[in-house]
Amino acid sequence: MLELQNISFQVSDDGSGKEIIRDVSLTVPDNELIVITGPNGGGKSTLARLIAGIEKPTAGRILLDGEDITDKSVTDRAKLGVAFAFQQPVRFKGIRVVDLLRLASGKKLSVAGACEYLSAVGLCANDYLEREVNASLSGGELKRIEIATVLARGARLSVFDEPEAGIDLWSFQNLIEVFKNLRKRIVNSSLLIISHQERILNIADEIVVISAGQVERQGSRAEVLPTLTGTRAAVKGCRKAQ
Amino acid sequence: MIKLDEIQKRLLREVADLHQVPEGAYNIRSNSAAVGRQSTANIEITPKTDVAGIDIRVRPGTKNESVHIPVVMTQSGLKEVVYNDFYIGEGADVLIVAGCGIDNCGTADSEHDGVHRFFVGKNAKTRYVEKHYGSGSGTGKRILNPGTEVYQDENSVVEMEMVQIKGVDDTVRTTTAELAAGAKLVVRERLMTHGEQNAVSTYVVSLNGDGASADVVSRSVARDKSYQKFDAKIVGNAACSGHTECDSIIMDKGRILAVPGLEANNVDAALVHEAAIGKIAGEQIVKLMTLGLTEAEAEEQIINGFLR
Repeated sequence: MLELQNISFQVSDDGSGKEIIRDVSLTVPDNELIVITGPNGGGKSTLARLIAGIEKPTAGRILLDGEDITDKSVTDRAKLGVAFAFQQPVRFKGIRVVDLLRLASGKKLSVAGACEYLSAVGLCANDYLEREVNASLSGGELKRIEIATVLARGARLSVFDEPEAGIDLWSFQNLIEVFKNLRKRIVNSSLLIISHQERILNIADEIVVISAGQVERQGSRAEVLPTLTGTRAAVKGCRKAQ
Repeated sequence: MIKLDEIQKRLLREVADLHQVPEGAYNIRSNSAAVGRQSTANIEITPKTDVAGIDIRVRPGTKNESVHIPVVMTQSGLKEVVYNDFYIGEGADVLIVAGCGIDNCGTADSEHDGVHRFFVGKNAKTRYVEKHYGSGSGTGKRILNPGTEVYQDENSVVEMEMVQIKGVDDTVRTTTAELAAGAKLVVRERLMTHGEQNAVSTYVVSLNGDGASADVVSRSVARDKSYQKFDAKIVGNAACSGHTECDSIIMDKGRILAVPGLEANNVDAALVHEAAIGKIAGEQIVKLMTLGLTEAEAEEQIINGFLR
């Protein structure tokens, strides 16, 4: 279980002290899929980066399973069970897909094991294991590999920052299936997805709307989703792809 | 029977992946003397009479054979220039594994300058692997100055893999190649310098015949206060294609000068160069940290992959 307690985050590039996140408190319970949504620039991705430890909050505490991880590094949080899928997957010259999956799993992952993770994201393992995670891969391929690395982590909490961003519509259809399967298999862990997509909101247990750095609404899918449909927070896949 | 001490064995493992005496033709040179040599029915190795070095002659049509010619130096203060000439017969297909390991525990500089000339016959294919490695706790420098000349006859293919990852204090690498029609040269250079090391690598590849092609790619990492210069020039004298690329990671107070050069003397010469120097991208480190690696471990993985 993840708890955010009164989290604030300010940036002061120009000394103005702009507040990106303002006093956000929320809980991600075990065995649930929480989707954070809201308008662009509202602070969703920042919140995800605060959870992963890439940014440090200027106020508030972050607890994982009751343990205060606010001052822990990215590495320490990863070791405690936080996994993070980047909105823009990072490319590496020379590091192969199999290498990345092995690093993610933290053990000597067999080829068969690596194949399983790739299959789960709809990639044919034989075509990808030996490929470098570099610019030769398409945006959709990179995104799926990014998700596969999070699966390989087997984490307590997996955070996905806009998994739909930058991929084509065809890949998106498959991606929904990936998350549906993840949702089915969720055991003793939780999923947090930042997304605008109605189809991802549709599989959420709980939806949190973040706007202007604050929690605007929060509740079960049944409560929150009807209030979002047709607003900018939820965009149908086809409209986004245009 | 070849007798090598533990340091010599370790150097052999580093530069030639050799755990024992290799199969096929070989010449093992240790502290300026040949300690083992074997020719085969198709590959003849003979010592030169005028200067230090050997001639390696591969019969035309020889297939799937290999030649190992590693050099190890463990005696501090040794300086040598060695001339090795390779004559690859028409239609042959061979693997040549060279390389030099220096272990210098003394105060005097140790230097090995290997001059390799390749005469590659028509339709022949040669894969050349060269690894350079230095070790030892002495203050004496470990210096390697390889000179490589490649002469490729029509439709021959030469692939060169040159690796210098650790421990060589000073190196000036000079490679020239002349390619006839249809010949192909592929060079993959991987270099890492650290401490106060200096490395200069210069290539001049002349594409003299129609259909000749060259692809010269260097990947390097300069750490600490080391300095590297990569100077690769491709000269297109015919309807040919050439590509040169220098991709470098710079760290600490390292310095890198990349000088990609192209010279087209024929309207149908298609030549491309690319050069990029930069530090490790912060997001690469962060990504690996989100997988549970420390910052130092992440850097190591990124460099290992880059120099793979």
